[in-house]
Amino acid sequence: MIIFENVEYVYPNGFKALNRINLEVNSGEVVALMGENGAGKTTLLKHLNGLLKPTSGRVLIDGVDTRHSTVASLSRKVGIVFQNAEDMFFSPTIQEEIAFALNNFHFPGDVIRKRVDWALKFMELEEYREKSPFLLSGGEKKRLALAIILAWSPDIVALDEPTVGQDILQKEKMIQIIRQANQQGKTIIISSHDVEFIAELKPRIILMSKGRIVRDGPSEEVLTDISILQECRLLPPQIVSLTSKLDFLGLKPKLARPEEVANEIARRVRHLVNYS
Amino acid sequence: MREVNLEINEGEFVVLAGRSGCGKSTLLRCFNGLIPHFYDGEMVGKVEVCGLDTRQHPPYILSQYAGMVFQNPDNQLFALTVEADVAFALENLSFPRDEIKERVDQALKIMGIEELRDKSTLELSGGQKQKVAIASILAMHPKILLLDEPTSSLDPFSAKQLIDTIISLNQKHRITILIAEHRLEMLLPYASRIIIIDNGRIVLDGNPREILEKYDVIPYGVSVPRIVKVVMHLKKTLNNSLIPWTPLSVEEFVDIIRRWEEK
Repeated sequence: MIIFENVEYVYPNGFKALNRINLEVNSGEVVALMGENGAGKTTLLKHLNGLLKPTSGRVLIDGVDTRHSTVASLSRKVGIVFQNAEDMFFSPTIQEEIAFALNNFHFPGDVIRKRVDWALKFMELEEYREKSPFLLSGGEKKRLALAIILAWSPDIVALDEPTVGQDILQKEKMIQIIRQANQQGKTIIISSHDVEFIAELKPRIILMSKGRIVRDGPSEEVLTDISILQECRLLPPQIVSLTSKLDFLGLKPKLARPEEVANEIARRVRHLVNYS
Repeated sequence: MREVNLEINEGEFVVLAGRSGCGKSTLLRCFNGLIPHFYDGEMVGKVEVCGLDTRQHPPYILSQYAGMVFQNPDNQLFALTVEADVAFALENLSFPRDEIKERVDQALKIMGIEELRDKSTLELSGGQKQKVAIASILAMHPKILLLDEPTSSLDPFSAKQLIDTIISLNQKHRITILIAEHRLEMLLPYASRIIIIDNGRIVLDGNPREILEKYDVIPYGVSVPRIVKVVMHLKKTLNNSLIPWTPLSVEEFVDIIRRWEEK
């Protein structure tokens, strides 16, 4: 379980990036932090493994106060995949890259081999195992970064803007991976401003603006509240924007699959045509 | 790239689409001479930009005709102030002082960032940085603007603003636009043409409305706007005459439905 109690964080230059954050995330939840660039999403993520410690207030990870723990020991529980995957790489080959953290955590040799194999397979990177991480494409680099984290199986997996620079097929793959990891019991925390991606995943959404949490609720509620999305400089998903503009047909803003919306429009239009 | 044959006319607004790694960036780099002059590898065939053979002319000449905006503006900005960044290329090309000033003023004005002139580029948001990057290219008075996923690190609002500016560069200033971008829902209503690339080949090339009506482009990694999916499904269930053409934006679609309602 993750608990933020009255957390404030002020960067050394005086910028207050987090302002009175109170938050509880239960294990096994999928949560998306959404908001414009600079809202505080990444700063919040960096508090999960102690990379940043609160200026005031406290963060508890399964009861452990991050101020009294180290990044190394918190990382056993929390893995963060950063937006720029390349920042995580330094090994000559992909398999060594994945094995690095496992070695550091003193896993036995045969376990390391098994886990590296599993992670390469899960992320569809087997054919590249001897290649340099820096030779991968953008999408593959993202998958490698995630493979590195999943290999040591932390309970909490945090993903910072996982869809940036990804095409639609890679985004669909990312959704599958997130669902699978979640089914294995992992808590998933994603920072993202990709509304269409989040609309597809339908997690609990925490909306942030200027270092504060301004809304916390299920996707169906948050993503259909157009005015609060605009306040946070987000645009509603296209389906929500469509249904909200069809109020004259009797539709309400809602999050639904394109087929469902099409069927509903068809029903109402037939009704109109029959009565005209 | 394999067997690419392509002609783009002045004033076109071309969207390049396809999965990551399909060759969109490679194609863009052929237009300002980064290929074949800067990247290793072999280029066969011939590319002409504004009548110049890219093999015969170095990037610093070609970039005066076709300027490139990259994904990450941080790779493109380096001067101490916005003004110095926008003036940099002109100074390098030894333009006269007065002309540099005039062109910088104009570029900042077109991009709507005059108030950022004296700021350090380090203080800017991602969206502002991209606008400065575009301004520094506009100062060269290019005929063609090449954009390689310019909004990928921006939040939706900033992305929309940037795309609106790019649209007006095409409509008001007649600059030819070639843009690789995944946010198709914002671009397609304004694009004159979409080129879909798969595995280095051009697989589809035409008017966006027609391409989306006729072909299933999802296997090429093209994110079909949700609105188009709704329309396609609706066409299957309703009489086709009710939707005479395929709307590409929510506004266009709502217009069509309003017309039924009025009838």
